[in-house]
Amino acid sequence: MNPTNYLYLSALLFSIGAVGVIVRRNAIVVFMCIELMLNAANLAFVTFARMNGNLEGQVIAFFTMVVAACEVVVGLAIIVSIYRSRRSASVDDASLLSR
Amino acid sequence: MSGEVIVFWTLAPLTVLAALGMLLVKKAVHSAILLAFVMIALAVFYLIQDAPFLGVVQIVVYTGAVMMLFLFILMLVGVDSSDSLVENIKGLRGVAIFTSLAFAAALTSLIARATTGRDPVGLEVANGGGNVQGLAGLIFGTYVWAFEIISALLITAALGAMVLAHTQKSPEARLSQRVRSTARFRGESIGTAAGLPGSGVFARHNAVDVPALLPDGTPSDLSISNLIAQRGDVQEVKRYSLEGLPKLDGEDKK
Repeated sequence: MNPTNYLYLSALLFSIGAVGVIVRRNAIVVFMCIELMLNAANLAFVTFARMNGNLEGQVIAFFTMVVAACEVVVGLAIIVSIYRSRRSASVDDASLLSR
Repeated sequence: MSGEVIVFWTLAPLTVLAALGMLLVKKAVHSAILLAFVMIALAVFYLIQDAPFLGVVQIVVYTGAVMMLFLFILMLVGVDSSDSLVENIKGLRGVAIFTSLAFAAALTSLIARATTGRDPVGLEVANGGGNVQGLAGLIFGTYVWAFEIISALLITAALGAMVLAHTQKSPEARLSQRVRSTARFRGESIGTAAGLPGSGVFARHNAVDVPALLPDGTPSDLSISNLIAQRGDVQEVKRYSLEGLPKLDGEDKK
């Protein structure tokens, strides 16, 4: 099978994740959509590795996973501390700078 | 038809459906479950694309650690913290969907232009000495500096999460037993000085969700924990009335 199909799938998943980041308002769901986008990019990297016949794409995907894990840890800690001070996980409620 | 074609065309539509469902479901927990499905499907895609190491790492790191963390935070923040799907900025949803469709179309045409007429090389040669061995050669050879920096990043992230999530309880916030006892006696009513009534007293049933009956037969709200009342789990006293005994006032009123 032509690996290009994986690239199309990855583009589709990335776009779906982008819609989620814009449309959803629960901070945790927004965060999960960012994870979806990162995963879509990883799928593209793995497919590129296969198309070009070297493993560097897989190495980059591996590094992306580690960075994504760091990002999840810090991001969720921020969500928890915002929730503690505002009793809400909605991204619309954290609007102190706009007033 | 090779096995890969079958796996791809059964799993890819399911993956897209699960990703779309992530956007459409209201509860954050359901989104998390659908995202876990997407991640497992991606692990299968890695496995059938000659990347067994990444496939296993995907399951261990993403579906194992990251999704666990998400569910854990959902429990902290409240499982039923559902989204209101009313849009605050007018037309935002339409613009978002249109822009993303345009972006997806641009990406698709780009991919098509970049890949038509090119035969994929395949990883048979690169994976010749084993996938894990090949990756190890790259990570600990060419990219060892990036690897070290990423390990420093992981430590920094762990420290940052600890600093962000840590709260210091001020000693003044905790009232001492003596202060609380004095407050009870100087409060509105001397009736609660000895403590609140227990649940189920005089109610012919002593479970925590059955309110106690006052001497005039009415159920007492004070005898039920606030949490049970908020969840709406308080039982009616009437259910436990015994036949052949004179009815209590509260049972008639309920």
